[in-house]
Amino acid sequence: MGALAIRNIHKTYNETVHILKGIDLEIEAGEFLILVGPSGCGKSTLLSMIAGLDQPTSGSIHIGERDVTNLPSKDRDIAMVFQSYALYPNMTVAQNIAFGLEIRKVPKAERKAAVDRVSAMLQIGHLLDRKPGQLSGGQRQRVAMGRALARDPKLFLFDEPLSNLDAKLRVEMRAEIKLLHQRTKTTTVYVTHDQVEAMTLGDRIAVMKDGLVQQFGTPAQIYNRPANRFVAEFIGSPAMNMIDAQRAGTALTAQGVELATTEAQCTAMQAHGSAELVYGLRPESISFADHGLPGTLSMIEPTGPETYATVDTAAGKLTARVPGVLQAAVGDAVHLQWSADQSHLFDRISGVRVG
Amino acid sequence: MKRLNFHRLILWSMLLLFAAWFLVPLYVMLTTSLKDAEQLRAGNLLSLPTAPTLDAWFKAWETACTGVQCEGLKPFFWNSVVMVVPAVLLSTLIGSLNGYVLSKWKFRGSETLFAFMLFGVFMPMQVVLLPMSQVLGWLGVASSIWGLMLVHVVAGIPSTTLFFRNYYIGLPDELIKAAQLDGAGFWMIFRRIVLPLSLPILVVTLIWQFTNIWNDFLYGVVFSGADSKPITVGLNNLANTSSAVKEYNVDMAAALIAALPTLFVYVVAGKYFVRGLTAGAVKG
Repeated sequence: MGALAIRNIHKTYNETVHILKGIDLEIEAGEFLILVGPSGCGKSTLLSMIAGLDQPTSGSIHIGERDVTNLPSKDRDIAMVFQSYALYPNMTVAQNIAFGLEIRKVPKAERKAAVDRVSAMLQIGHLLDRKPGQLSGGQRQRVAMGRALARDPKLFLFDEPLSNLDAKLRVEMRAEIKLLHQRTKTTTVYVTHDQVEAMTLGDRIAVMKDGLVQQFGTPAQIYNRPANRFVAEFIGSPAMNMIDAQRAGTALTAQGVELATTEAQCTAMQAHGSAELVYGLRPESISFADHGLPGTLSMIEPTGPETYATVDTAAGKLTARVPGVLQAAVGDAVHLQWSADQSHLFDRISGVRVG
Repeated sequence: MKRLNFHRLILWSMLLLFAAWFLVPLYVMLTTSLKDAEQLRAGNLLSLPTAPTLDAWFKAWETACTGVQCEGLKPFFWNSVVMVVPAVLLSTLIGSLNGYVLSKWKFRGSETLFAFMLFGVFMPMQVVLLPMSQVLGWLGVASSIWGLMLVHVVAGIPSTTLFFRNYYIGLPDELIKAAQLDGAGFWMIFRRIVLPLSLPILVVTLIWQFTNIWNDFLYGVVFSGADSKPITVGLNNLANTSSAVKEYNVDMAAALIAALPTLFVYVVAGKYFVRGLTAGAVKG
């Protein structure tokens, strides 16, 4: 039995709005689970249910051996970091961190020890006497984490904790959360809409859309074998190139261009039966070569370490991601090359992965 | 620059003019209350007192006749204090609890309930006179200070609820959720998180309620008994008790005595009043 198990969770509002349509997830102790998806996919609702701030219409939630579906938040042994941090403005940092312990009638000496422990861990010892209003965004974020850490909970919940920070601070705090998890090994559920946070932090990622888990797997599985077109396009930046293609027998063509496939893909295509497919290629799978698919460079976006190049080809617009600086100019004629085993095939109608 | 100065001049003269216009009655009251009977007879309303004396104040406080009894405003003043202080505190506390529930613990129908309460804010006081006296009779508190207190508490709840509810709407819901996760319950969250964040609106509501209840005449005259009349009724009786000579200096002193507590509250807490009325959501 895992540290957290979510069984067939449904949530309906007013008997008409179906927010969650049967969620099943299970993670082991110490794992870092990411719930990622566009806004309105139900990820925050699911987190609220794990936190006990919302009730599922049906299904159950288990933390460790216990069924907590109907337990109030305070009896679930969890702690949460909110998007707005939700620090108590009327209390000092130290009081904020110790509040949960105080409510649980932990003796004063132990409370003090807990505050010292987490403030040392998060380097906020010098802020303990301040009020939240006197802190910067990054400091508030640390205090919010400290408050969650103080109780040493079984389960740690994060609700888009970095979305209120500027870009630089976000990267710093992301690394800090990762380090913290490596050190404490507390089972964590983390909600985000940012695919980079999902990939960098998660042991396991659940990609959600429209109240359903589209794919549940490790970052490598999600990235290398996306279960459907939505996951393929949602994860990865720049997004995966998608070419509408027709199948005739074992041959796959797009606007007259023949697209290379592996033997396994040929077999899968035939077994699947559909003639209308989508051929997916990650930008980094495409490279420039002396021969291959011809096209014209239509845009060059240098980022420093690598360059994104958009090329108009007979099969459509393709983005290639090449290392370093690209020695070419817009309008140049180029050839693109990739290996068939880097390609992904999806059904054009249902979006499911074919091979 | 010159144009600007000209505008300033107009602005300032208008402001001073209006200020003077509104302050003249206060000036007349204050000077008249310090004059003796002789100077009153001379009849110059705007003149300064030639021999300032507090006699009229003492008379208004202790010996002036309010009908048949001649004990001044003192007993009325203390009636008002005894009635107003608990009524203000109770109605404010209940309003803050109501506001907390209606904003942070919404339940099915809570919005409708709030809409009905709003009704109470705009209902004319006269409407409740008859049914309320009926109710006070059933409860056995008619014509007593307790009955009057109860009426003021009940009548104040709609507006205090409105104040607190609208203020608490601005408190982030996540604060309440965070406290729930920390293990705090309904009352603990109210006491430790919500109330400490309510200072501005608390001051506004306290001033509002104090002013309303202290200055109320209608409920005071209708629901009080012989020995539980508030100061507004006392002042009315004092001014209407006819004697051979109209003692304007005593009337003015009495009116000032009746107005002093509300003035005092504004001076002490007025800056919070303005700040509280304009304060947005709590930061942090």
